[in-house]
Amino acid sequence: MSRFLIKRLFSATLTLFAVSVLTFLMFFALPRDPVTGMCPKNCNPERLERVRDDLGLNDPLVSQYAGYMKGIVTGRDLGSAQGGRCDAPCLGWSYVSNEAVSDTIARVLPVTLSIVIPAAILWLLLGVGLGMVSALRRGTWLDRAAIGFSLTGASLQLYFVGAVLLLVFVYNLRLLPVPSYTSIFDDPVKWASGLVLAWVALAFLFSAIYARLSRAQMLETLSEDFVRTARAKGLAKPKVYGRHALRAAITPVVTIAGLDVGGALGGTVITETTFGIQGLGRTAVDAVRSGDLPTIMATVLIAAVFVVLANVLVDLLYAAIDPRVRLR
Amino acid sequence: MDSSEPSPSGEPDDRPAVPAQRSDQDAYLRVSDLRVRFDTEDGVVRAVDGVSFAVERGRTLGIVGESGSGKSVTSLAILGLHDPRRTTITGEISVGGRQVVGLSDEEVRRLRGRDMAMIFQDPLSALHPYYTVGRQIAEAYRVHHPKANRREARQRAVDMLDRVGIPQPARRFDQYPHEFSGGMRQRAMIAMSLVNDPALLIADEPTTALDVTVQAQILDLLADLQAEFHSAIILITHDLGVVGQVADDVLVMYGGRAVERGSVEQVLRSPQHPYTWGLLSSVPSLHGDADADLVPIPGNPPSLINLPSGCAFHPRCRYADRAGSRSRSDVPELRPAGQSDSDGHLVACHLGAEERAAFYAEDIASVGVAR
Repeated sequence: MSRFLIKRLFSATLTLFAVSVLTFLMFFALPRDPVTGMCPKNCNPERLERVRDDLGLNDPLVSQYAGYMKGIVTGRDLGSAQGGRCDAPCLGWSYVSNEAVSDTIARVLPVTLSIVIPAAILWLLLGVGLGMVSALRRGTWLDRAAIGFSLTGASLQLYFVGAVLLLVFVYNLRLLPVPSYTSIFDDPVKWASGLVLAWVALAFLFSAIYARLSRAQMLETLSEDFVRTARAKGLAKPKVYGRHALRAAITPVVTIAGLDVGGALGGTVITETTFGIQGLGRTAVDAVRSGDLPTIMATVLIAAVFVVLANVLVDLLYAAIDPRVRLR
Repeated sequence: MDSSEPSPSGEPDDRPAVPAQRSDQDAYLRVSDLRVRFDTEDGVVRAVDGVSFAVERGRTLGIVGESGSGKSVTSLAILGLHDPRRTTITGEISVGGRQVVGLSDEEVRRLRGRDMAMIFQDPLSALHPYYTVGRQIAEAYRVHHPKANRREARQRAVDMLDRVGIPQPARRFDQYPHEFSGGMRQRAMIAMSLVNDPALLIADEPTTALDVTVQAQILDLLADLQAEFHSAIILITHDLGVVGQVADDVLVMYGGRAVERGSVEQVLRSPQHPYTWGLLSSVPSLHGDADADLVPIPGNPPSLINLPSGCAFHPRCRYADRAGSRSRSDVPELRPAGQSDSDGHLVACHLGAEERAAFYAEDIASVGVAR
């Protein structure tokens, strides 16, 4: 098991290295001079040259990359124009917002986490629960209702669902405040009430896929021989379904969940925009609009880290669920 | 087991009388006029159509037939493992004196694994791939021994693994099915089915998925365990060779009906139904002429939705014409086959006893199968 873990972590590190090199090349080796975007008005050639020097853009690419990586791991000195000393994890300096990129990230990352993690828990419970129920009650009105629900979810867009939720719960019924982000450590109730609509909207859309997937998986598993064996032993239905069938049916759900959660953590642009909350996704889009290269670079890297981490987690969960995986 | 407990009234035996043979009175399992129908989109499947048999403790009944003959459906119906929403079961199934047909799910569940257990064809798919073998056996024990703690259940499982001939049972307990060989897996499956000392064991093609060398070991093991636990065994197979090795009685099924029934001696030495002849001709014999050709039965097993009229075997039967139009219009009943009415050898064939004897002799001569 520990060998399995080491192998997976090693390949994850390699992936991250490759991603960081690629993003670095894409943004800093593009033919367009990044400095023009960072210097909004009244840029004379001397000032441009100074900024270029500050950014180290006149150094060879390899040492630029090394400097960037060193900044992430140990911190580095960026020079007075970029706020001086930049502590690890240093992601550079944003000329657009005039702050260290790591400070921006530290502000918006908790927002995205607060949106995605509760939403993921909600959509997994809802989706897998619906799938199980409709599989076990196949052909009944319950099954049809669950399928109808999931079809609706799959065919609607988030900005539509979000707008309807806002209209009903915030503006008509006035049950909830206008969505906003409050730290969970400051006021958990305000944190939840400010984000609950975003969770519900995301969960409604995502749970559709999970409901259909887990229904299909469960139906397939129920026809497996080992489920019949479990019944032949005299096990009661909850144990047959819960302990024997569900565990075998859940593996593909884990895979998809890993991809979805990893992807969503990289930014939920539409959700954040619909509910007017500034998270990682909107920050990334804003950075692209204003040509804020250090911030773009950081958000892309963070998204990649989440996807890779989610995949490692999926692999570990796989191994925990299926003992045969540990052999490989 | 429960069946051996004295009845509270003190009466010797007040179980409901079932119209069957006299020897059936002692049988642990009695099945009479069992009919199993499935509703499918294509129509009603008559998977089992009026089958009766009985098995005493300590005896083995071999049920033989091609796939789709209804042999597996019969066993699933006995254990109540059919899908209740689309299956209709009529007739009687009595296990240890209790009528199983019509019991609630919960009541049948309590019998399953405790009074009647089952071994399946492919042990790799029948064992759960994600749980250790030992845990699955211990689980089977704890279902019916809720007071047993984890350690007792483990000890019981290790004992059973040891009993079925698995070396180092305590270490094997913690291994997964994929770490077992095919034969060892089937042994573990047997250990699991016997962990609660059931009086009835149904083995559905228990050796089909195994190597030939392992097959004999598993059959020997079943015979040993039967001697020790004194259980009634139903062995479902398409292989008459397997039946000859371990069964006491044989039931030959075709198209959901019983076509021949009798002791192993009777059915294998003097088979009466042309279908049984066909089955025998398609089994290689170690004792006969090694050059003898194996002769397959022509045609395919019948569709259970649209069974041939009359004798279901008539489209494939070489002798159907000799029985006249009856073979296409009347379903033959199971009747005494031989000279004496009481020897228990039954056959469902329109041909007369002398005709059959003559054709069988002719069959052996033409085909060269020595049995």
